[in-house]
Amino acid sequence: MLQVARWRIILVIIVAVVGAIFAAPNVLPANVLERMPGFVRGSTMNLGLDLRGGSQLLLEVDLATLRQQRLEQIADDMSRQLRESDPRIRAVRRGIQGGVARVRLNDASEMERALESLQAIVSPIQVNQFGNSEPDVEFRDAGDGVIEAQVTDVALTQLARQSVRQSIEVIRRRVDPTGVAEVTIVPQGDDRIVVQAPGESDPEVLRERIGQTALLTFHLPAQNIDPLDAQEGRLPSDAVLFPYADQEARPGGVVVRRRPELTGEYLNNARAGFDAQTNESVVNFRFNGRGSRIFCNISTDNVGRQFAIVLDGQVLTDPVFNEPICGGSGQISGSFTPQSAQELALLLNAGALPVPLTVIEERTVGAELGQDAINSGALAGIIGAIATLVFMALAYGLFGLIACLALIINGVLIVAAMSLVGAALTLPGIAGLILTIAMAVDANVLIYERMREEQAQGRGPALAIDAGFSRAMVTIIDANLTTILAALILFQFGIGPVRGFAWTLSIGVITSVFTAVLVTQILLALWYRAARPKKLPIY
Amino acid sequence: MKWPLIRNLPNQTRFTYVRFAGIAAIFSFVAIAATFVSVFTGGFRENPVAIYQAAEGSPLDRTGAVLARGFNLGIDFKGGTSMIVAAPQPIDLEALRGALNALQLGDVQVQETTGPRDETSDLHYAVLRYESPSDAEAANVAQQVEDNVEALIPSGEVRDRQVVGPKVSGELFSSGLIALGLAIVLMLIYIWFRFEWQFGLGAVLALFHDVILTLGLFSIFRLEFTLTIIAALLTIIGYSMNDTVVVFDRMRENLRKFKKMPLGEVVDLSLNQTLSRTIITGCTALLALGGLLAIGGAALSGFAIAMIFGIVIGTYSSLYVAAPAILIWGVRRGGEGDPPQRSRADLVENRP
Repeated sequence: MLQVARWRIILVIIVAVVGAIFAAPNVLPANVLERMPGFVRGSTMNLGLDLRGGSQLLLEVDLATLRQQRLEQIADDMSRQLRESDPRIRAVRRGIQGGVARVRLNDASEMERALESLQAIVSPIQVNQFGNSEPDVEFRDAGDGVIEAQVTDVALTQLARQSVRQSIEVIRRRVDPTGVAEVTIVPQGDDRIVVQAPGESDPEVLRERIGQTALLTFHLPAQNIDPLDAQEGRLPSDAVLFPYADQEARPGGVVVRRRPELTGEYLNNARAGFDAQTNESVVNFRFNGRGSRIFCNISTDNVGRQFAIVLDGQVLTDPVFNEPICGGSGQISGSFTPQSAQELALLLNAGALPVPLTVIEERTVGAELGQDAINSGALAGIIGAIATLVFMALAYGLFGLIACLALIINGVLIVAAMSLVGAALTLPGIAGLILTIAMAVDANVLIYERMREEQAQGRGPALAIDAGFSRAMVTIIDANLTTILAALILFQFGIGPVRGFAWTLSIGVITSVFTAVLVTQILLALWYRAARPKKLPIY
Repeated sequence: MKWPLIRNLPNQTRFTYVRFAGIAAIFSFVAIAATFVSVFTGGFRENPVAIYQAAEGSPLDRTGAVLARGFNLGIDFKGGTSMIVAAPQPIDLEALRGALNALQLGDVQVQETTGPRDETSDLHYAVLRYESPSDAEAANVAQQVEDNVEALIPSGEVRDRQVVGPKVSGELFSSGLIALGLAIVLMLIYIWFRFEWQFGLGAVLALFHDVILTLGLFSIFRLEFTLTIIAALLTIIGYSMNDTVVVFDRMRENLRKFKKMPLGEVVDLSLNQTLSRTIITGCTALLALGGLLAIGGAALSGFAIAMIFGIVIGTYSSLYVAAPAILIWGVRRGGEGDPPQRSRADLVENRP
């Protein structure tokens, strides 16, 4: 083994040089970096949120609302299907209660036919690759002519996934309207979204922009409602009481028809501005073609009557139609500040979230704390590395120095690999790096100790080096594979910072085996050829 | 002293480890028992019977309430909100506590803390923690608290804020436990595959030993148990396994080489042969982690403590748990298993 193949030497040199090139941008000052070619410049280590500062929000789709929305649709579909499929069946929609949608048949004896007819609105959902499928809704005879419909779990999961996909688009338009910020928005599991905004100075803004559904609706007032009934909550099922948004200025609310005449979907764009007469902050909007036609019809039919502009169930304003409005543009006034008008315009432009999202986890790290963490982590790393190098040099002399060289190349390779892969370096990741450096020495120690043993048993230096390598190899592979296994589990389970740790650990194990075995072997072979020693210096 | 230092380490030590295995076993059993007692008594500080009786719900829920006191769980696992406040002047903790109690958040903890670089920065830090109300409300309440704090402390600033809802914390806790269990099972399978089942059981026994004792350290001394500590535990599993594999590898080799030697002597011989490696690798790891403990700041000190303890315990368990366990179960000797690998080195007569 002391005759090292030339290709091995070349391989090691190439890997080391390439590693150095990709690791360099992390330490070079900015002005030197500017003169480097582009492919080198791009590869710096990706710092995790805990190091660079920033916010991370974990959002969850509100499954209860999602189920409720779906049940509303199902209830409508059921009564329509029953009405249209068979003129003999008469059914009444009974609304939603306790997670089921109910329809009541006038004649309970029609039950069987009704259930059969309802199968037409069931759409199967494929649940696995073998083509098995489950229905998205289940119907049940609840006795007394009542049919109950339930959303299946499979359907709910599918809906959640859809909402997550749609929400990600909306969130991106909201938090990053210009598309320049480095915000990552990714799904997690079936019903969660992770939003990471590095360096965002005010997580509050982030949370407010995401926390609102921003569903804008236009309602006409409900008719023939006794104000006293409304106050006590006795309302027909097609009417609803919405409170005013600014309860301090205007307590109470407006009773309107539940079904909106128009929604934010019909908006083309919205912009914050000032009312020319009152000099108040307002939001100006334009409907799209269809929206402006509908609005024109409504305003023509209801001149002299009030209507309500409602955002997420709160009345922003309830002006009176003074004349038909057919120009397709409108204005929302209310108690806006210039900032809040701007925020609302932004939300309206981005569109409504399909379902409310709840913030279930938030982690914010100030940029200064992040910088402090980098500084102390880097210092600890440097001290740990130097201590290890000095220890090895003291313990093994020349062989220790060879191990040190392998260790330095190892460090360079880890940094280069992290930069290339784009794995985030986190605070636990720095700890992982330090630990990896210490563990990388282990392979060298195993080899050297084996050599000492072989020499103690009377072998010459060449044979001892040879046997040291070949016998230690088995152990090195076994020992490092176990560490990789642990790192893989960490990666599977880990979130955020812990995942960064798993990355550093696994990259470090791979590079350390490479350097400890190949680099050390080549250096030892070169030394042996030059020195032709009678004995190894570690005996 | 001879140069380089390794020459001072004798090439072949002749310690008889197996003779002390009994004492070691007693020590390990006592330590494990102490850990269990500590987990059930909130680190010897509380009466589990009183907690059990005070808790509500089924016996399982009540036992859970007792176990929840076993560790000083961080917000990762307990759920809740934590904030770090920084201000140029000393922070009046009493005033802060009073202002927060007015918000009726339940159990609010306010403590002074050091920044990551207290020697160079002249800022004062305080950390405050409370249990978040519910998933939906947590973020709003946190904002309210932040506004109150910043109004109370002139030029004070909330630097770092973590809100973990009860749902997420529960999931983190269970997935952390699953990860630990999975790691141990995978190691068992790997060792079984590479060695024999007796080795696998010995190794896994050592892993349980290491994990339990490290948990005991955190329970008894009320060190904060966070997500990072789970990462440390998994790394300890990796390190301890690494150590054990090195010893086992040598044992397998010696079992093939010396077919007539009694098992106890083979174990002793293998441990002696790998002793210098055990010492040197342990030293480098401890050196690197010592640096981390000294200057890594509050965020990493828990990790460093867990790792240092784990490495010491992991080394001990390779010598005194994994290897003697093989003695108890015995191994197949002789022609079975893999044929011995013969290399040029084998041709020379071996003298142990």
